Amino acid sequence: MLPDEMRELRAISDRLRAAFEGAGYGEVWTPTVEYEEVLERGDQRAAGAGLRLFDGSGRVLVLRFDMTIPIARLVGARYRDAAVPIRLSYFAHSYRAVSRGQVQAREFLQAGIELIGAPGPEGEAEVVALVIEALSQAGLEEHRVGIGDGDLYRSLLADCGVLEKDRMPLLETLARRDLVGLGAQLSDLGIDGADLELLTSLPTMRGPAEILDRVDPRAGRAVENLRALNALLNKRGVGDRVLFDLGLVRELGYYSGAVFEVYDPAVGYAIGGGGRYDKLLGRFGRDLPACGIALDLQRIHAAGAAEERLDRESSK
Amino acid sequence: MSPNEGLTIAVPRGALMGETLDLLEGLGLDVSEVRSNQRKLLFAELGIVTMRPSDVPTYVEHGAADIGITGKDVLLEGGEREVYELLDLGFGRCRMIVAERDGEDTIAESLRRLGTFTVATKYPRIALDHFTATGRPVGIVEVKGSVELAPLTGLADGIVDLTASGRTLVENRLVEREEIVVCTARLIANPVAHKLKAAAIDSLLARIGELISR
Repeated sequence: MLPDEMRELRAISDRLRAAFEGAGYGEVWTPTVEYEEVLERGDQRAAGAGLRLFDGSGRVLVLRFDMTIPIARLVGARYRDAAVPIRLSYFAHSYRAVSRGQVQAREFLQAGIELIGAPGPEGEAEVVALVIEALSQAGLEEHRVGIGDGDLYRSLLADCGVLEKDRMPLLETLARRDLVGLGAQLSDLGIDGADLELLTSLPTMRGPAEILDRVDPRAGRAVENLRALNALLNKRGVGDRVLFDLGLVRELGYYSGAVFEVYDPAVGYAIGGGGRYDKLLGRFGRDLPACGIALDLQRIHAAGAAEERLDRESSK
Repeated sequence: MSPNEGLTIAVPRGALMGETLDLLEGLGLDVSEVRSNQRKLLFAELGIVTMRPSDVPTYVEHGAADIGITGKDVLLEGGEREVYELLDLGFGRCRMIVAERDGEDTIAESLRRLGTFTVATKYPRIALDHFTATGRPVGIVEVKGSVELAPLTGLADGIVDLTASGRTLVENRLVEREEIVVCTARLIANPVAHKLKAAAIDSLLARIGELISR
């Protein structure tokens, strides 16, 4: 990274940091390498994706793939008796394995917040509203946050009588965004009628809060939670910046309940994401509900540049 | 709203182009210039960009096009792309198959005696996935052009290729041994456009659904 890029990136992270600090989210730092067993305790599936190394005694170290699990460990060790909620922020690199042909860096710079000890939906409302405000401070104008429920599809599969062993392949197909394949797999399992209609239409239900009125009553609990969250977001004045998305799934396995994805229409990829992870902290010794969002700084930078370019083109 | 709902559509050139343009015509787009002008690639006023089918997922993934049409073979061979596969359009039907020279079963013979065999293909990922899933160690020879030549010249024991009518196979005295997958044209969408332009995409999808169910 050379000075021009560095200068712009720093300007963005300085503004995000000011917004996070201003809202009481103090910045923390954790080591880049973690013992594999620590990350695996947080998320069995995701730990396998990292880059690995060995220390002198043969223990496996991995480069962290996100900051949420290291912060959960930090809270378990250093905030044992601290009053809740605990508000933390970070600006740090994480690492991932890159598959062939993808335009992705192995090292990516994240800016994020974690709100620990605040249950839903107030916790979600605080985190989503702060991220929207922080991104505005950082110069974006068109950003939106998509909100879904990470447990919903899994629990509906169970309600529709899909056996446990058949659920994972379906969830993987959904995560691959293959809605044609999803329909075919459900039919192959003998799902039909109203169940098939529900399970194929739900992943396409996305848009403003009004879509929640059209959702099948079997999704009632999740929809009630999202409605409550919508009311709180309206109160915070950011209702028009969010969309509800019942097909939203996140890759990491520790999410329970609300999940988020951050978009900017100027770029074709998500610029951040997160969710609620009520069961993660307990694995590190402090059983607290929590939620957070991580933003990809380089993608925010690209989105800002793309917004500027679109503005220039449309004003010509 | 305009017939394309204000969306940018990636249209594949080649075998799928005719039926794709028929579909877009059915939606009310005047595609006569796209049909007649083979050199022009971008038709901004129609919201159409044309490209080879294997580039469609790339343009859609990066958001240079909101939606696109391409073959399932392209999606399978392209691997993990961040695009929504929304609809099976039904046309452009062809089959991915394993074939070898008419007569003796060279693939089985090589596998029995040598423990492995070779196939030539333009679809290395689909071929490898298929033989791995069926427990057969395979050597993949990647070629870019007419793959039928490979078993005839001894380059490989067999081929993995797309076939529609099977005529090319017959003309080169090849026989089909296995069908891997049936491929048709698919409608795909950029994941961010799918969220932020949901109304436009759903409306287009409903209109296309009506057209193809007729």
